[in-house]
Amino acid sequence: MYGLGILKGMAITMKHFVDSYLDDIFWAARGGRYYNDEALKVRQGLKGKGVKTVFYPEEKLSVPERFRFVPFLVTDDPPPGQKWGKDWCTSCGICAKVCPPQCIWIERGVQPNGRPKPEPNQFYIDIDICMNCGFCMEFCPFDAIKLDHDYELASYDRTTAHIHDKERLSKPLSYWREIAPKKAAAEAAIRDHVDELKAWKKANGRDADPSTAPKMTEENTKQLFYRGEYY
Amino acid sequence: MSEMILDDQPQDDGTAVNQNPVERAAALLKERFPDAVTDDTRDGYTGLMVSADKLVEVATALRDDIGFDYLSSVTGVDQINDNKMEVVYHTYSIDQGGSGLVLHVQVDRDNPVLPSLTPIWPGADFQEREAWDLLGIHFDGHHDLRRILTWDGFAGHPLRKDWKEVFYEEDHKPFGSRWPGGEVFRAEEKTVYGKNVRYPEGWLPTGDEYDVETEMYTGITYTRDQQSGMKTDKLTVNMGPQHPSTHGVFRMVVTLDGETVIDLKPVMGYLHRNHEKIGERNTFIQNLPYTDRLDYLSSMSNNHGYVLAVEKLLGSTVPERAEWIRILMVELTRICNHMWALGFLLNDLGALQTPMLYFYLERELILDFFEEAAGSRMMCNYMRFGGVAYDLPDYVREQETISFLEELIYEHIPAVLDQGDGLMTNNEIVRARSIGVGILSREDAIAYSTAGPVLRASGAQYDVRRAEPYSYYESLDFDIPVRYNGDIYDRYLIRMDEMRQSLRILEQVLPHIKATKGAPIVDGKPQYAIRMPNAGESYGRVENPKGELGYYVTTRRRESNPDRYHVRAPSFINLTPLGKMCEGHKVADIVAILGSIDIVLGEVDR
Ligand code: SF4
Ligand code: SF4
Repeated sequence: MYGLGILKGMAITMKHFVDSYLDDIFWAARGGRYYNDEALKVRQGLKGKGVKTVFYPEEKLSVPERFRFVPFLVTDDPPPGQKWGKDWCTSCGICAKVCPPQCIWIERGVQPNGRPKPEPNQFYIDIDICMNCGFCMEFCPFDAIKLDHDYELASYDRTTAHIHDKERLSKPLSYWREIAPKKAAAEAAIRDHVDELKAWKKANGRDADPSTAPKMTEENTKQLFYRGEYY
Repeated sequence: MSEMILDDQPQDDGTAVNQNPVERAAALLKERFPDAVTDDTRDGYTGLMVSADKLVEVATALRDDIGFDYLSSVTGVDQINDNKMEVVYHTYSIDQGGSGLVLHVQVDRDNPVLPSLTPIWPGADFQEREAWDLLGIHFDGHHDLRRILTWDGFAGHPLRKDWKEVFYEEDHKPFGSRWPGGEVFRAEEKTVYGKNVRYPEGWLPTGDEYDVETEMYTGITYTRDQQSGMKTDKLTVNMGPQHPSTHGVFRMVVTLDGETVIDLKPVMGYLHRNHEKIGERNTFIQNLPYTDRLDYLSSMSNNHGYVLAVEKLLGSTVPERAEWIRILMVELTRICNHMWALGFLLNDLGALQTPMLYFYLERELILDFFEEAAGSRMMCNYMRFGGVAYDLPDYVREQETISFLEELIYEHIPAVLDQGDGLMTNNEIVRARSIGVGILSREDAIAYSTAGPVLRASGAQYDVRRAEPYSYYESLDFDIPVRYNGDIYDRYLIRMDEMRQSLRILEQVLPHIKATKGAPIVDGKPQYAIRMPNAGESYGRVENPKGELGYYVTTRRRESNPDRYHVRAPSFINLTPLGKMCEGHKVADIVAILGSIDIVLGEVDR
């Protein structure tokens, strides 16, 4: 019959229409469909039904640990009364060399005797140019640069506000632990492991049997990102 | 000649040479054109060196007598050290499949003139124009050799090695100003306008000497005074660049007789950023995130083609788990892309939003998975030379990854495909608008170098995954769908078919993903400063959702940057027959035909 295809399509649309109300009724008894963390979780996942709209900015989608936005620099947790602790960055320059759009500028620190000091004097990232690729994080050998989860960076003036200097970039380790707990824990475990290996090598000399060296736990090995087993 | 080739066909008695088709074709060409065709003996290069004056004859013989009937890619290369301009042609056989025969043609750099191959392969049209635009190579006999990606008043040919951009820092990254004395500056402040953005000599935007618009409309059978005595006007209309249905900033110059299209010329380049020049400044690894931004709907497959090309040069191996993860990602990308394509096609046909949004719901879930795995929904930057960046995550949206994927692949996506089927396949309006509209015959589809769903909807069963299998595709069980009418409806159906085949592949991939849990995902310790062990060329091609995506990369020994980096962009080349497909149809059909080709301007304009 001519028009059957159209009717069938309309039936499908109708089903979606009805479903959205059924879902509203379902959640009405459970604290509401919107502004309700529990409901939002379901709406985001595979089990979500009905309308999938998220009311940003009142509601926000959760971001996964690996989520990449503009970079920040990790510092030690600050001593009381201060905003940051010691920089982890040694100004080795690897991130500035690998950065595809070349938006990292690092001014290496200098000691009084003129030799390079392993910390940056200044560190700039032009976040307009940054393409959030994550290479700086991947290749930094000191876990000193990480990609942030804070994606709300709108500002009134891009010429000054969008060049982040060291002060703006620095965030304490506790922040990284908060936004990426599993990753941060694994990285810490790996650093400990590397230290342990170094101590073991020192104690046992170069010719020691490598099979007796300390091993990393399986859990941490699994969490390892990209860089291979040891770095 | 043709008899001789028939004699040469492999015989059943096993006496015939079991040579591979490429070697056989090369041998035949060398025999027939002993003066003009020689082996390319440069280090790391393959294929043939053809002299320019015999190019047309060689190409004709290749197409008509030897069966390499598909010109996939035309690449210009500036060999500044030898003072030569080189053009590289990749030709394939649609029926036989297999690897391609590569022709290299070198001409004098100061006067680079080659015969155009458009009379033999009309698909060379846009690609030759691109080589003219970016490298200044002149193709003799091309019917319409205008700039295509840069604007008409652009000075110089930017891909030439001695051409410098407006704010030029250095030939290669990393730039010295970044470290150790890094003092920040914004490049746009240092940009000296007036240096490259200036009118070339004799170019007057409003004058008579060189009027781009007239140039554009010449060749269109259109006279101003024909109105007298005629009942209809002929009218030239610009659709785009700002038009909601052009899928981006894309312009079509349409000549109309009433409502009927007489001629259509695509105009692109509004999003041009010279991806390839940037690519030649970049180190090998720095190019990876840039490939995401070509066809930004399928960043995973874009990564895949590029890593394949570079892995060939590096000679790296890929661990098993990484290969399975790659196939998982790439096939999910295909589903994502086709959902998007069909959603928009329906939108263009007038089914505003509804089907599109139903598809998006599922696409969002796939993107959620990409985000958990790679850190980004669309700019995935997930593959690395010799593997992938990260292992699969443990959880996606608080559900165990494998169970998430199983639910997605076995339940959600099939259900949404069925739903799409119910909404559209037998919808009378969709059928009325799409059946018999925008027909591309099999011969034309091949001659115009189209690829992917456009080629397969016209009856050519050609898919790189089967024709020249890469990764583990050879061991996977799936069909290459093919449809024969070559109209919009078939292009819709073929995408539906392909999504179902992708599901079949995914079902086979999942057990391997489970079985290889915990296995390495990358070969060796990744390096950020890669130096190529050997000189040479490499062409990595994959079946991108939109068609064959190829990366042509050449390098010199111990180099950290590609010498030439070229992208064979399926969206771009699939547009070549757009004018032909639209001829004789109504204005409203243009939008639908364009939608059925499925382009992304990020890739068209590069
Ligand atoms: S790679 Fe890490 S340590 Fe080196 S300069 Fe960059 S942030 Fe600092
Ligand atoms: S994320 Fe990528 S583009 Fe951004 S600063 Fe890091 S390396 Fe550069």
